[in-house]
Amino acid sequence: MSTWHEYVQKTGKVPEWPYPVDYGKINEIVCDVLVIGGGVAGLRAAISAARSGVKVAVLERGHAKRSGAGGAGVDHWHGAVTNPCSKVTPEMYTNACYDSMNGWTGGHVRYIITRESWDTLLECEKMGIQIRDVNDEFKGAVFRDEATKLMFAYDYRSRHVIRVWGFNIKPKIYEEARRLGVNIQNRMMPTALLTAGGKQGAKVVGATAVNARTGEFYVFKAKATVIATGGAGRLFDFAPEVTASGSMGNMNASGAGEALGWKAGAEFVCMEGSGPGRLTGYAYAPYSMANAHNTYHGAPIVDADGKEVPWVDAFNRPVKNVEGRFLPSEGQDFILGEGIGISRYAEQFRNNSLIYDLPERVRKGEFKLPLYADLTRLSEEERRCIFGMMVGNEGKTRIPVYDIMTKAGFDPDKDLFQAPVTMPEGYAHPNFWSTGVNTPPTVRSLGGGGFLTDWELRTNLEGLYVGAGGNLFGGGCHGESHTTGRYAGRHAAEYARTAPEAAVDRGQVEAERESAYTATRQSKGGNGWKEINAAIARIMRDYCGEYKNEQTLKLGLRLLNELKTTELASAYASNPHELGRLLECRSLITVGELAMKASLERKASNSMLDFHRIDYPQTDPPEWNKLLPMRQENDRVKVRELPLDFHLKAPYASGYEENYKKYSGA
Amino acid sequence: MSDKAYMVPNPPTPNKAVAFNPDICTGCNLCVEVCPTDVMMPNPEKKQSPIVVYPEECWYCGGCVEECPRPGAITMLHPTQQRISMNWKRKDTGELFRLGMKSPPPPNNRPPSGG
Repeated sequence: MSTWHEYVQKTGKVPEWPYPVDYGKINEIVCDVLVIGGGVAGLRAAISAARSGVKVAVLERGHAKRSGAGGAGVDHWHGAVTNPCSKVTPEMYTNACYDSMNGWTGGHVRYIITRESWDTLLECEKMGIQIRDVNDEFKGAVFRDEATKLMFAYDYRSRHVIRVWGFNIKPKIYEEARRLGVNIQNRMMPTALLTAGGKQGAKVVGATAVNARTGEFYVFKAKATVIATGGAGRLFDFAPEVTASGSMGNMNASGAGEALGWKAGAEFVCMEGSGPGRLTGYAYAPYSMANAHNTYHGAPIVDADGKEVPWVDAFNRPVKNVEGRFLPSEGQDFILGEGIGISRYAEQFRNNSLIYDLPERVRKGEFKLPLYADLTRLSEEERRCIFGMMVGNEGKTRIPVYDIMTKAGFDPDKDLFQAPVTMPEGYAHPNFWSTGVNTPPTVRSLGGGGFLTDWELRTNLEGLYVGAGGNLFGGGCHGESHTTGRYAGRHAAEYARTAPEAAVDRGQVEAERESAYTATRQSKGGNGWKEINAAIARIMRDYCGEYKNEQTLKLGLRLLNELKTTELASAYASNPHELGRLLECRSLITVGELAMKASLERKASNSMLDFHRIDYPQTDPPEWNKLLPMRQENDRVKVRELPLDFHLKAPYASGYEENYKKYSGA
Repeated sequence: MSDKAYMVPNPPTPNKAVAFNPDICTGCNLCVEVCPTDVMMPNPEKKQSPIVVYPEECWYCGGCVEECPRPGAITMLHPTQQRISMNWKRKDTGELFRLGMKSPPPPNNRPPSGG
């Protein structure tokens, strides 16, 4: 017996909630540093703060041992440019990201990442994560350095992306956080940041949360707070029955951290940016089908008759052999590698890939479907590295792909792995499993924007730091989350050491406690959380889609508010789990409002933000080549202007190195 | 003969996400403890397998299977729409296989790298 349906039909009884429920019961936790979000960024923040001797608490939505987008593993680590084999410098890497994005990414955050990525990875090794080929399984392989036993991905010459055996990375850093005495509070849905005097824009002194198993209320008092949460994955689309299994972000991704920050008065930039919802889950189980991207970079793709699809370099010139797929070509200093949180790669840093006109050639019948990955065409080392090392350690591949596929008899030495059969356009990008063409065109993902931070990864609010991937302007993916988390935790601890005891405003706490439990007091006939979430997503698709104008954005804001004050206000939660999900709907609405308000402020279309105003159709007019930091003051939006290279302008120094030395605290 | 019929909501999609083997599972609830989205809950009867309550909230990380101290007690089940898509072809014979087929080929017992 496994399911609720089986249980009910076997026993004739509906099981009672298994955890003791006490809605509203107050628990108080006092710490020096509070970390909101216990994913890889949050735990790294907690560890670095705890090592400096301060008292740390983590507020985690799931369970910190395996939670978060990075909790399911990692197979390669980006930006480790200071490793002993690297031929890339932090400046080179930072400039490559910054120039690729035409300046539309936080250059200071990129620089911090590249300065500390390798050190952050070395700490992983000390925590028990394998980052070298210590068993000599790949001795002599072209991607391995014999002295250090490090193995590299994407660019075997420049050697700045390191292959790692990270399937257990989350349990390992969880153990370390526990060992250091970090107070980890699981199943917490945060509802608000607490500020001095309860005022928007004032110093952050903690947070409130509801436990999604017991319903109890938690008040965290902290001298400093780090936000380390994920993005708002359920904002534009809500169909978990179909999409959850194809997604690389789990259900808990409700943009809670961004919502908390916005309500407290923190500043954001580029929240008007979005892109096609390619990874929203209208896909196949990640890495479970043939493709030639990311973890599978370099995999030979053949058609139904065994004819191999050629590779080209960034300039559309033929790549002659397998080794060439992993080397920069003429005109390239180095290859950046995929999955670092930027949406565009300048040609001189772009990956080698399958031919760009594959869709056209499939349509003409030159390559017959289905396509397959034929790993038998690779050397034993390359084959084993893709299926066995990368697949087996990358997120959602140890059990979901390696274990399940091999138990079912798949053998990469003998078998061709089939690619999705889809419309020809689906083969335009070598990441076939995510098949962007399956995602409805109205489904977008927020991207590129987030909290605006300074060189210490502090927000505009005293006591509030950010270390994360998706919601930090300039942040990246897995390794970048570790690195920024570690850096933010260090600075939060440094601040907390001399900060006075946190004084929370009782009125603010009581108001939060009152509003958090509304859904438990409603009529049982009230809406459930899924109904609300689906409606939020509908509003976002319709009114904050690819093409925007002032009237429809304003109507969208009106409808989000309608939903909040009508259907959500009368929604009913039958247990603490549903209450947690309804509170997430509040977060989603807040993030949706933030995106719409940011969209209203940018009165010009912008190619880098994939931002299209029908009423301001001119794309990239020079006078709009600027950031528009936004925050709330007395619940009114305040906007200012900031140059894209603000991180190298007064009050900062004009060079990366100088700023890093001054602000890193390393 | 017929089983008693109950007025229950339709089975959710996906139906299960994970399945327990009652002969191996001891109901220790370690999987319940770590699941990031509370897909399953402890069984009201002690030492019995957990109950899958919210299968549509599963994102298929496999953490529950990794956590389980008794191999085989819990199995991750991709939704059928994903299982039907995971196909492969033996290069030298042209035989077609897929995840979930009736007569699967023998397992490939090679462990992952490092493992």
